[in-house]
Amino acid sequence: MEAPAIVTEDIGRLFDDYWAVDGVDLSIAPGEIYGFLGPNGAGKSTLVRMLCTLLRPSRGKGFVAGHDVARQPELVRLQIGVALQDAALDDRQTGRELLDLQARLYGLRRDERLARVAQVLTLVDIGSAIDRQIHTYSGGMKRRLDLAAALIHDPQILFLDEPTTGLDPESRAAVWTEVRALQRERGTTIFLTTQYLEEADELADRVGIISRGHLVAEGSPDALKKTVGTDVIVARVSEMPAEAVTALRAVPGVEEVVCRGDELMIHAGDGAGAMSPVALALHASGTRVLSLTLRTPTLDDVFLQLTGAHLEADEATTDAMAETEAAETEAAETDAADSAAAGVSPGSPGGPP
Amino acid sequence: MTDLALPPATTRVTARPAGFVVDLFSVAQRAVRQIPREPASVIPALIVPIFFYVLNIGALSKVTGAAAHIDFKSFELPVAVVFAVTGVSRASSLVTDIQNGYFDRLTITPVRRLPLLLGLMMADLALVMALAIPVLLVGLGLGVHFRTGVPGMVLFVVLSGIWGLVFTGLPYAIALKTGNPGAVNASFVLFFPITFLSTTFVPKAALEGWLRTVATYNPMTYILAGLRALVSEPWSLSTVTAVGDAVLAVVAFGLVSITLALLALRGRVRRP
Repeated sequence: MEAPAIVTEDIGRLFDDYWAVDGVDLSIAPGEIYGFLGPNGAGKSTLVRMLCTLLRPSRGKGFVAGHDVARQPELVRLQIGVALQDAALDDRQTGRELLDLQARLYGLRRDERLARVAQVLTLVDIGSAIDRQIHTYSGGMKRRLDLAAALIHDPQILFLDEPTTGLDPESRAAVWTEVRALQRERGTTIFLTTQYLEEADELADRVGIISRGHLVAEGSPDALKKTVGTDVIVARVSEMPAEAVTALRAVPGVEEVVCRGDELMIHAGDGAGAMSPVALALHASGTRVLSLTLRTPTLDDVFLQLTGAHLEADEATTDAMAETEAAETEAAETDAADSAAAGVSPGSPGGPP
Repeated sequence: MTDLALPPATTRVTARPAGFVVDLFSVAQRAVRQIPREPASVIPALIVPIFFYVLNIGALSKVTGAAAHIDFKSFELPVAVVFAVTGVSRASSLVTDIQNGYFDRLTITPVRRLPLLLGLMMADLALVMALAIPVLLVGLGLGVHFRTGVPGMVLFVVLSGIWGLVFTGLPYAIALKTGNPGAVNASFVLFFPITFLSTTFVPKAALEGWLRTVATYNPMTYILAGLRALVSEPWSLSTVTAVGDAVLAVVAFGLVSITLALLALRGRVRRP
């Protein structure tokens, strides 16, 4: 069996009297995309900074490509590429100059540098802008150049710290395509932190969920969602009468009802089968339903179940994610609302985007 | 969206340490490339000393020159050059790198840590020597005659450049220690006591009281004396002695400033 690309053993990092990362154990296989999911401040970036040798662990051990991050940082650095949370670039260089400098510092010969710059530019399409100074680039282009710089020396292991935060949906999709291509065609191990459920769901072979410095769950996105076990019917209501919850709990097949703002989350083993009785119960309790949506569990449901809180992205980035999600779920919600009013179940459950 | 076709895996490369010299020249090359792209950081360093050189000659030449029996144009040329080369550095760019994370990106590479500073200093040396030359040409244009000839002129530029280089140790130390652009800009105030509590406008013999005492311990006094000797005296033992004293003053100052910068670099790259 091949040795893991990344291993941590009880790794932790103390800032003053606060453990930003508190005893995390990981084992990530070569060629795997591992999504590290958590809200802002959960400890994602701190763990990345320890693994890429920028921070020293306060306790425990970390091994990257078989090398100890605390004792052999020079060896670790030769094996990793890193794109940190904010694109770290020098605005006064051109994209090509930045890539060439990066390649020089990794000891590549001139012919290798020319070849690698050409290669990474096929991966991250920046076009003719590559010869312009970086201060003229858009945010998306800077992110992609940052990724190119992280790849210039053909690393075995790539750390991407929230690579799509702040990007528009198109740029985000482009980064996703690049990440998949790297894994598929280069066999690169990718450690990806994100606060986007959709991103982890879409890209990761396995997901680790971190909350307040602790790894609270780990597994494939599907396996994690199965731990929640049930379908979720989401009813958005204009007001929340207490009778509605009582009425819903009495519906056969409904396992749990959770109130969240103007939403009722109704967990049911057979969501499609419960849809009509739920709609009728809401109608009977006098609740005015704005929309009724059936979906399978998301990683947010997993996080909610494990921590009692929701994953929260900051407002701006949540808006960007929401744009895509809203477009994709709008039709399903409309259908569900119509069905609720008519007291019928939709033909098929709406899945996550 | 179309799938991407990556180059085949047979074109893989192996990362390896580039070596000290490659690291040094790579960092220096980047720094030199930045200079013409930030003209606002260079043009004042050229214009201000020339302006004050011409102004001082016009305003003080007759008074000071006659009183001290000196050729004031020659006497002030070293001051103008010292003005041009002192305090010019890439320290502000270094702070920008620290703040925007590019410094972290560099430290994640196998680059040795010393070239991250020395590469910038190499670029500074090239820049300050380039700044010294136009000031020198203005002096020559105004009629200054180098009694030590071309060799003296070359030594004049090199000595000035090395002084400019060692002075950068202070702003680099502050940049690396604080990562704060305001602190780096404030470091310019060090320029004033070092430059003006000296023989900037009159010979040491004309200084009195506490100013004379301070000037005696100020390395700038000896640097200006060495530079002035290269302009106004023919090659002789006293000229060589004056230049030797200037070199010692530069080395002594450099030992302090560069040590501070290296300690700050060590603190910056040490993983917290």
